[in-house]
Amino acid sequence: MSAPNTPTRTTRRGFLKAGASAGGGLLVAFSLGRTLSARPAASAAFEPNAFLRITADGAIRFYAKHDEMGQGIHTGLAIAVAEELEVDVSEIEVLPAPASPAFANLAFGVQGTGGSTSTWSSFDQMRLAGATARAMLIAAAAARWGVKPVECSARNGTVRSPDGSRSATYGALAEDAALVIVPEDVALKDRADFTRIGRPTPRVDSPAKVRGEALFSYDQRRPGMLTAMVERAPTFGGRVESFDGSAAEAVPGVVRVVQVPSGVAVIATGFWAAKKGREALQVAWNEGPGAHVDTASMRREFTKLAQRSGLVVRSDGDAASAFEGADQVLEALYEVPYMAHAPMEPLSCMVELKPDGGAHIVTGSQFLGVDHGAAAAVLGVEPERITFENSYLGGGFGRRASPVADFTVEAIQVAQAAPDLEAPIKTVWTREDDLKGGWYRPMWMNGMRAALKDGELVGWHHRIVGQSIATGTAFEGAMVRNGVDSTSVEGAADMPHGVPNLQVELTTTNNGVPVQWWRSVGHSNTAVAKECFLDECATALGKDGYAFRRDLLGGHPRLLAVLDRAAAESGWGTPLPPGVGRGISVHESFKGFSAHVVEASVVDGRPKVHRVVCAIDCGLVVNPDQVKAQMQGAAIFALSSGMAEITLTRGRVDQSNFDDFPLMRMHESPDVEVHLVDTGGEMGGIGEVGVPGVLPALCAALFEVTGERVRRFPFGDVAG
Amino acid sequence: MTIETTINGVARRIESTPDTPLLWVLRDELGLSGTKFGCGRALCGACTVHVDDQPVRACAYPVRFAAGKRVRTIESIEESTVGKAVVEAWVEEEVVQCGWCQPGQCMSAAALLSEIPAPTDDDIDAAMSGNLCRCGTYVRIRKAIHAAAKGLEGNEGGEGR
Repeated sequence: MSAPNTPTRTTRRGFLKAGASAGGGLLVAFSLGRTLSARPAASAAFEPNAFLRITADGAIRFYAKHDEMGQGIHTGLAIAVAEELEVDVSEIEVLPAPASPAFANLAFGVQGTGGSTSTWSSFDQMRLAGATARAMLIAAAAARWGVKPVECSARNGTVRSPDGSRSATYGALAEDAALVIVPEDVALKDRADFTRIGRPTPRVDSPAKVRGEALFSYDQRRPGMLTAMVERAPTFGGRVESFDGSAAEAVPGVVRVVQVPSGVAVIATGFWAAKKGREALQVAWNEGPGAHVDTASMRREFTKLAQRSGLVVRSDGDAASAFEGADQVLEALYEVPYMAHAPMEPLSCMVELKPDGGAHIVTGSQFLGVDHGAAAAVLGVEPERITFENSYLGGGFGRRASPVADFTVEAIQVAQAAPDLEAPIKTVWTREDDLKGGWYRPMWMNGMRAALKDGELVGWHHRIVGQSIATGTAFEGAMVRNGVDSTSVEGAADMPHGVPNLQVELTTTNNGVPVQWWRSVGHSNTAVAKECFLDECATALGKDGYAFRRDLLGGHPRLLAVLDRAAAESGWGTPLPPGVGRGISVHESFKGFSAHVVEASVVDGRPKVHRVVCAIDCGLVVNPDQVKAQMQGAAIFALSSGMAEITLTRGRVDQSNFDDFPLMRMHESPDVEVHLVDTGGEMGGIGEVGVPGVLPALCAALFEVTGERVRRFPFGDVAG
Repeated sequence: MTIETTINGVARRIESTPDTPLLWVLRDELGLSGTKFGCGRALCGACTVHVDDQPVRACAYPVRFAAGKRVRTIESIEESTVGKAVVEAWVEEEVVQCGWCQPGQCMSAAALLSEIPAPTDDDIDAAMSGNLCRCGTYVRIRKAIHAAAKGLEGNEGGEGR
């Protein structure tokens, strides 16, 4: 086990060091003992840090710094706090943290949820927050009773005196504890003493979500609130040339029609009036160069680019010589399309402008830190003038982590265009707006070549063609080095397989279609190309896909452990019914390790997935059932990505809703078994780790049935 | 126009343009935001409510169709034995991830269980394939429906839905 997770006596200084090394990014101060300006200060409340607030009535409020978008992080963070605070998770009220530097993601240096970083980057911080509070409550009790703190104990929200004769609840101690000096040196529990971490804990948000009581961004209402809908350009980068809003303004319920940088906004009393008003708009567009984007011609261009040299990202051995001396050279093109995130809750953001130039904003965002800064820039005020709150997120998958704060900035611009209305305005998106609105996973092409000699894979060449996500955003400096966007090549440039001659190249294209991270980001492409092509190599060498990967992954015990587990649990090598094939994959991403076995057949020319077996090693597990839930959901999410695509014709997005952008449904959905593997390794990610390996394992299974390779997604008709 | 309807057991007079979908009357006018919007074209099921005990997609159901009928939304699901069993099973089986689609899933499941008390996997496929879940909770939804059915065994002759 590595240093950051070692449960030992951790000083505050020591923690900060550990956090910096674990995150590798800019570290923002931990803010112990600070009251947040975003929250009202109240007397008699014990606020040992930005995360916890215990009141005299015994209520324990916990501000979750990571956004709850389904991944169970509100529960996971609460478990880490509760473990050290010595209370049950059910006793804690978990609230979404507002925008504040105190809630910065320690891996990014800015408040946000993504990259499967939440659990590992915040685990020690949350434990320290709980342990500090517990120490202060004990100190308050000890002072009250005239005993030594070390002799007191805390359990189930109560501090007891050394002889057990006296006890006080946390609520009863809150007022005194608020006066205790925040300790510099707090002991964290040994892993062996955990009573909550690692045990299945019910999600804190389930009952309210099932009953429809949980508030999402789209559900936000305020007295006098208006609803806005924006007609955006039909092409990316297009601009309003002129518009006529008179017919829209005649629609009952429409209050105002205004131009904003992204298009024309219709402000109305509710959704339906806004939508009908928008349909009545007449807008003339300057379509701009985006009108020439066509995915069919992009495919032809990418195919040509895949034949030409790109920027060399990695070069091991001598790939050129390996190919010259090979017995056999395999070549293939693998391509993945633009992909929309399509969270079930469409985007929305409510903005209420304040007389002092600031604003109160409520949205559902994975990137409050970025949004907050962008809002301050658009409003031209200090961030302190803006209160920024989050809701539950009805799915995120990366879309709500906008590197340019697109949907929050636009909502502010709508409000700014009609300040005299003096009303909170909630800008809402329809499904069509979402699917046509850009910020997709990039379309990527992979030129793959393999050199086989004497029954071995001796040369590997992976050339990636596609757009950069980070270029042109605030993340460019950190993520783009020497012209290489790390997200474009992740999963390829760090390929761990023992191939002596290996070259990875990148050709970055640009066409103005806005692209963004989509659950598993670059790995959603590179793992598909790598694992599918490895399967082609195994077939050409007459080797079993499992045994072939085992041979190439010597020295990588965590990958081997999940690979072996998935193979064993699936019954790899045992007979299957006629017409059913089995495929395997293994991949590391986001500090997590996963392997998949998929069983599939072909029914009516379409892939039918019968069973998915997943093994996952993410290190220490906080809430095992939620890791399983993430792997189950990730498998379905990945399978959906084999069914749909975003295409453009003359700059216009061809898809509009769930009829032409299909997602996997109940009757198509396989059983997904998940097996947790703990090799004692460093804590890693979960949310994205289950996605990359699913499609390649499915493709290998289909090859067993059809004898044909799928190299392009979504699946067309499959031979059966 | 004025539409008289019963929503969650309460008689309502609704002033609305007749083409307004029931969904936006529920959400924007009555503040019943448990019924969710996902597609606007009856493709995802997030807005599923019951009208005279039948599941309908409120996003594509003009409010005038609800005149003289009984509308039930997620907010009153637990008033029926079946609905209560569905909610309990959903929580017990830890179905929820992001949660946006789940009220609609529960309404579809409750309608299924009222019609077929012990549904097969094929019954579940048929009744639930109109409800999308982007988080991919289908494995657990199926399990929860079976669990709710089991919990309702021997409950016949009770208060019903």
